[in-house]
Amino acid sequence: MSRADVLVSADWAEQNLTAPGVVFVEVDEDTSAYDGGHIPGAVKLDWKTELQDQVRRDFVSKEQFEVLLSQKGIGNDDTVILYGGNNNWFAAYAYWYFKLYGHDAVKLLDGGRKKWELDGRELSKDVPTRDKTSYQAKDQDLAIRAFRDEVVAAIGQKNLVDVRSPDEFSGKLLAPAHLPQEQSQRGGHIPTALNVPWSKAANEDGTFKSDDELRKLYVDEQGLDEGRETIAYCRIGERSSHTWFALHELLGYQNVKNYDGSWTEYGSLVGVPIEKDV
Amino acid sequence: MCGAPEQSPTLPAGIDVEKETVIYGAVTKDDAPVPGAYVRLLDGTGEFTAEVVTSATGDFRFFAAPGDWTLSVLHKDGKVRQDVHASGPGLLPVSLSLQ
Repeated sequence: MSRADVLVSADWAEQNLTAPGVVFVEVDEDTSAYDGGHIPGAVKLDWKTELQDQVRRDFVSKEQFEVLLSQKGIGNDDTVILYGGNNNWFAAYAYWYFKLYGHDAVKLLDGGRKKWELDGRELSKDVPTRDKTSYQAKDQDLAIRAFRDEVVAAIGQKNLVDVRSPDEFSGKLLAPAHLPQEQSQRGGHIPTALNVPWSKAANEDGTFKSDDELRKLYVDEQGLDEGRETIAYCRIGERSSHTWFALHELLGYQNVKNYDGSWTEYGSLVGVPIEKDV
Repeated sequence: MCGAPEQSPTLPAGIDVEKETVIYGAVTKDDAPVPGAYVRLLDGTGEFTAEVVTSATGDFRFFAAPGDWTLSVLHKDGKVRQDVHASGPGLLPVSLSLQ
């Protein structure tokens, strides 16, 4: 797999806005961002109301995902180009989610909304209408999704990569600093986890660093063991999707999982080990 | 405080400003507010901690902790960087003018 199979540039995107078989999809943490202006022709996906079960803490089912994509007018043969704010956190999360349900033709817009805006490219408030499809999803590919028991068993055995900021890793902060800090779970990190903030994988304009820079970061500087399996986590699994993308899709490591339960789950578990530095 | 925003920040309901360290303010250029600017909060070692986009009125807000921080702003019309020190919990207003 090469970079061109998983990433598109802003220039490519601008030239392919109306290309047949290509669907642009915006996914943001701030779900109102799309309404204020988006890439022309892009469809909105709400990670909170559309990709999460609204009662239990879990994803929507395969059948619900099929209904969702069918209603959005996304077909099985479409190439989906995902982008969003927060340096593509939630777009990377959606990318991983699409892969989880077996949609192979999915790519990220390198730099997401941020690069698009910093370049001064066109944004539109027009909401596109697309014909409904009959989307067929596959069963979840659990080779890329980790659950809590596996994470506890991975302590000292697999690479655990905590991609939160150093202050969240140490326990000084309980949430990313654009969110209030009063949280119910404990602060700290999973013992033996490496702290490689997701932001180290990105340039300031939100684009991914080169493969050479990424390999140097994870392996040479941070000590990721290439011979071991890897589990990435953050607070709710969105920033770790960004790192999962860097490790699995860009660098091509095979056994990399995203732990979407992440710190909000782990930091609330009874009896599990925690390391805290403050 | 000289140059401080006149208004207090808009906070979500239920926030206790005696416990939260709120670094907030507005980004301007030639005294006009700049919406859509990317404001980064860097920790005492210069490491990325969080990023927000300024509102229609140029406002930004972070929930940090006491300590040394740096704010770094990117926008297509300019950039600016400024160090701030939060001595304790409470409201810490900062004005950022694009260069």
